[in-house]
Amino acid sequence: MTRYSIVSLARNALSHHEHWPRLWRSPEPKPAYDAVIIGAGGHGLATAYYLAKNHGVTSVAVLEKGWLGGGNTGRNTTIVRSNYLWDESAAIYEHSLKLWEGLSQELNYNVMLSQRGVLNLAHNLHDVREGKRRVYANQLNGVDAEWLTPDQVKAFCPILNTAPDARHPVLGSTLQRRAGVARHDAVAWGYARAADARGVDLIQNCEVTGFDIKSGRVEGVVTTRGTIKTSKIGCVVAGHSSVLAGLAGFRLPIQSHPLQAMVSEPIKPVLDCVVMSAAVHVYVSQSDKGELVLGAGIDGYNSYAQRGSFHVIEAQMGALKELFPIFSRLKMMRSWGGIVDVCPDASPIIGKTPIEGLYVNCGWGTGGFKAIPGSGFAFAHTIAKNEPHALNAPFSLDRFVSGALVDEHGAAAVAH
Amino acid sequence: MLLIACPYCGPRDEIEFRCGGEAHIARPKEPDAVTDEAWADYLFRRDNPKGVIAERWFHTYGCRRWFNVLRDTRTHAILKVYRMGAPRPDRGPS
Ligand SMILES: Cc1cc2nc3c(=O)[nH]c(=O)nc-3n(C[C@H](O)[C@H](O)[C@H](O)COP(=O)(O)OP(=O)(O)OC[C@H]3O[C@@H](n4cnc5c(N)ncnc54)[C@H](O)[C@@H]3O)c2cc1C
Ligand SMILES: [Zn+2]
Repeated sequence: MTRYSIVSLARNALSHHEHWPRLWRSPEPKPAYDAVIIGAGGHGLATAYYLAKNHGVTSVAVLEKGWLGGGNTGRNTTIVRSNYLWDESAAIYEHSLKLWEGLSQELNYNVMLSQRGVLNLAHNLHDVREGKRRVYANQLNGVDAEWLTPDQVKAFCPILNTAPDARHPVLGSTLQRRAGVARHDAVAWGYARAADARGVDLIQNCEVTGFDIKSGRVEGVVTTRGTIKTSKIGCVVAGHSSVLAGLAGFRLPIQSHPLQAMVSEPIKPVLDCVVMSAAVHVYVSQSDKGELVLGAGIDGYNSYAQRGSFHVIEAQMGALKELFPIFSRLKMMRSWGGIVDVCPDASPIIGKTPIEGLYVNCGWGTGGFKAIPGSGFAFAHTIAKNEPHALNAPFSLDRFVSGALVDEHGAAAVAH
Repeated sequence: MLLIACPYCGPRDEIEFRCGGEAHIARPKEPDAVTDEAWADYLFRRDNPKGVIAERWFHTYGCRRWFNVLRDTRTHAILKVYRMGAPRPDRGPS
C-alpha cells in the first residue's frame, strides 16, 4: 500500500496525478476462506479490517453484489454522534466515536471527520424533559453533552428561527460538541484500502444467493460467481438482512423501509453545525461544497425499491422552511433513497444466529453510519472468538425472546 | 406516491392513509400458554419479503377503516385490495 503523505503527493504531482496506484486489488474469488463477509458497506468493510488487524484473520473475502459502498453507506446524511440514552447504546456509539477521532491516522485516509457539534432541538415540554434526561444520562456515561437554552441555541446557530411564535418553537436543545459529520465514501474506501493491504479479498459484482448449511452449521456460501467454502460468515447487508436470513432459514424482527435524503444547490457557508429535530424529522448540515445535506423520516411501508414517496420529502421541506426561513428560496438538486433495516427497539442486532458459524450485523436502520468503526470492531471480535464482545453482547438476536430490548425509539432523538 | 383504492371510498392519494404493516398476524389465543419463542414470533419476527407483501392500511383521513393490500415491495405496484378478515387472495386456505 502506498502511504499517503506530503511526499507522495509531491511525487505524484510530477506525473500530473495520473499514476496513483489503485486503492485495492480486484481478485477472483478463491475456493475457500477462513471467513466470508457478505456486504461491502461500511460495517462489512470495517469488520474485515478489524478481523485482519485485531485478530490476525487475513484469509477473508468481502462479497458485494453491487459496488463497494453503494448501499446505505453511500446514501446517508453522515451524521456522527454518540449521545444515545441507554448505557448499552452509549457504550458502543461512544467507542465508535473514539475510533472515528483517530480514524484518518489509523487508515492513512482522510475520512473528513468534522466535529462541528450536533443540536437536537426541543419544540415542546416533553422534548425538553427527554432532552435534559438524555443530557444527564450522557454525562453519567462520560459522553459529552450540554443543554442549551433558546438564547444559547440562537447564539450557536443564528439562522435558526427561535421566535416564540414560530410554527416549531425552539424551547432548548441538546448539544454534543464532539459530534458532527464525516465523508461517507471515504470511510468505505479507507477501510477497503486498509483491509485489502492486510490481505482481505474485496469481491464486487458477486451476489450471495444461498448458504451451504449441514446439520445446522455453515460450510459455505453460494454466489453468482460460484460456491465458496468457509466455516464463518458475517452477514452485513442492511436492508437485505431479512432476505439473507430467509435463505438461511430463519426470520428476523426487521422491516425494510425507504429512507430519503436530498441536497440543495451549493451556497456560501451559512450553517456551521448540524441541526436535528426529531419532532419534525429534519436534520441538516452544510457540506464542504456548500450544499445543504438534508434527510427525511422513513416512508411508512416496506420497500426494496430504493425510493420513497414525494409527500415525505414535502413534509420535511415544510418543517425545514419553518425552522430556517432563510432557506425558503433554495433549490433542491437531487433526492434519493436507501433501504434501511428497522428494528422494533431502534437498536442493532450484532451477534450469533440459530445457524452455527453464521453471524449477523444489522438493524442499524436510519442511524448506523456513525457506528461503522465500533460495530466493525465488535463484530470482528464476535466472529473471531465465536462470542460477543462486551460492547455488543446486549445487542444479541435473542433479546427479542428474552425481552431485554434496548429501546432507543424516541429516546435517542431520531436515530440518525 | 401511491394511489390506493380504499374498498369503501375508491382510489385516493397515499397521504390519506397510514400503513399498518404485515397483515394476517394472529394474536395467540392463549397468551399465557405460549412459549417465549412463540411470543417473539408474534410480537417481533416478520416476513419482510422482497416481492409480494400482504399488509394492512388504514384510511386515516377518509372512512377511518382498515383493509388489506397485496403490494410488490420491489416496484410498489398494488396487486390487490381486500377486506379485513378475508383470506390472503394469492394463497390457498391454510
Ligand atoms: C438517506 C439515509 C440517511 C441516513 N443518515 C444517517 C446519518 O446521518 N447518520 C447515521 O449514523 N446513519 C445514517 N443512515 C443509516 C446508515 O446509512 C446505515 O445504517 C449504514 O450505512 C449501514 O451500513 P451497512 O454497511 O450496514 O449497509 P450498506 O452500506 O447498505 O451495505 C450493505 C451492502 O450489502 C450488499 N448486499 C445486499 N445483499 C447482498 C447479497 N445478497 N450479496 C452480496 N451483497 C449484498 C449491498 O449491495 C450493500 O452494498 C442513513 C441512511 C439513509 C438511507
Ligand atoms: Zn376509505
